[in-house]
Amino acid sequence: MQNPVVSIQNLNKTFGEGTANQVHALKDINLVIQPNEFISLIGPSGCGKSTLLRVIGDLTGITSGQVLINNKSAHQARLDRDYGMVFQAATLYDWRTVAKNVQLPLELMNYSKEKKEGRTREMLALVELSDFAKHFPWQLSGGMQQRVAIARALAFEPSILLMDEPFGALDEMTRERLNLELLNIWQKTQTTVIFVTHSITEAVFLSTRVIVMSARPGRITQDIKIDLPHPRNTDTRENVRFFELETEVREALRRSESKRE
Amino acid sequence: MNDRVQKYLAPVLVLIVILVLWEVWVASFNIQKFLLPRPSVILANFAQFFIFEPGDTAAATSTDQFFVFVPANVSRDKLEPVLAGKFADFSLFGRQIVAVKGANLDPILQAAFFTLREALGGFALGCSTGILIALATARWTVTREAFMPFAIAANSTPIIAFAPIMNNWFGLDNPFSKMAIVAIMIFFPMMINTVRGLVSVDARSLELMRSYAASDFEILFKLRIPNSLPYLFNGFKIAAALSMIGAVVGEYFGGPRIALGVFITQEAALFRFSSAWAAIIVACILGIALYLVILAAERLAMPWHVSFRN
Repeated sequence: MQNPVVSIQNLNKTFGEGTANQVHALKDINLVIQPNEFISLIGPSGCGKSTLLRVIGDLTGITSGQVLINNKSAHQARLDRDYGMVFQAATLYDWRTVAKNVQLPLELMNYSKEKKEGRTREMLALVELSDFAKHFPWQLSGGMQQRVAIARALAFEPSILLMDEPFGALDEMTRERLNLELLNIWQKTQTTVIFVTHSITEAVFLSTRVIVMSARPGRITQDIKIDLPHPRNTDTRENVRFFELETEVREALRRSESKRE
Repeated sequence: MNDRVQKYLAPVLVLIVILVLWEVWVASFNIQKFLLPRPSVILANFAQFFIFEPGDTAAATSTDQFFVFVPANVSRDKLEPVLAGKFADFSLFGRQIVAVKGANLDPILQAAFFTLREALGGFALGCSTGILIALATARWTVTREAFMPFAIAANSTPIIAFAPIMNNWFGLDNPFSKMAIVAIMIFFPMMINTVRGLVSVDARSLELMRSYAASDFEILFKLRIPNSLPYLFNGFKIAAALSMIGAVVGEYFGGPRIALGVFITQEAALFRFSSAWAAIIVACILGIALYLVILAAERLAMPWHVSFRN
């Protein structure tokens, strides 16, 4: 077996410890993610799925436990630029053209001019936005902006792609199209994806594994393997197995809700 | 193109209507010259057009007007000294027209140049120190917390009140005394605007930089400074207006004769209100011109900004 990409043991995270508004955001999290997995974190709002993602990406600290990313600390992994981040908002820089936005991480990593431009062209082709290289973000639709954000996250070939509800603000049609596109990209690039969502359909369609979480304190209640064959396409959504898995995730979510009561 | 013409045509028409109403109002109600000179008399400070009528029928107009109609029966010899300063001579509609430089054109232009230099010097000084201190406070939070309350307080005080002190420190005739007033007036709004621009960065944009393990220096140049441009240009616009106000009002408290503020106070003291008005108009035009230069620079610096999207 290969070394895991993410290995989390007995992770606890408490906000405002020792104060009156102390919140136990993550409780006894154990999670191992292998290379090239597509993991979805799903759960009710406030279950700490975004916090878990941010812990993995070293955007927030932990209270206790151990987080190893590619066999090193999350902090070291961030310094080594192992992460590509995609947020719910595209978070493009208004003053940069589409191409320049994709180049931002490459500039910071001192890529040569040719390599920078080459990578940008490849990435824009990958997300099918080659004709928009010279446009500014405001000239693009929400879905297109999110594709630029994905191109930017993948531009420097990070080993892990962290996505925090990237399609949450988009309409259903755009979301389904981008889901397909993301699967294509994932298969072409062989990255490990950790994807936060609260859409059951999206989680089942995209993932190799769905991690179901419950709220207050946020913990993992179920780990569901999605054994739908690849490549997946629009027909996958009409597959019987797809419905079974959707139901399984839905029931797991319901159980985690009722357990709280 | 048609839209653009329409956009500019309306305000130009309004200006012409106001000038005509002003002219007619003063003439018909016989308002005293020292209360409100006519636009045509004010304009005559810059240039005059002598129009030689072919017949005797036209009434002779007074020689302090912008357009002076001269009937044929008036001897041209009397006008010779004035006409000697002509810069153009042409005929139109069968009349000879001689264009003459206005008596106050040279002194006003000279004064305008002097005052503009003070305003620009103060602008450069005030903006650069304001931006530098802002960069320092954005970098070191302690400096920001220590300085910002004073900056915000100082920004709501009439700093122009320091003008006599600056005149005393650097000397009435030294243009640096006015530059110092302008620089102090500009410093606070400039610094406050820049700090706001550097600090009010979207949290996600910052996290994105963190995920790339970007250094503080890279975050400053690739995120904070571009993000502060709209704020910076707002500061520049405020500073442009303040710089002309500071320079002219600073000169009201004294300065060399060849400065707009001094020219205005002296002409007004001698009841030569039309030339005072002429100098005021030039001061206004300079203020507007500075503002327009900043608008143009803003368009060049951030064509991506919301305000330029159509």
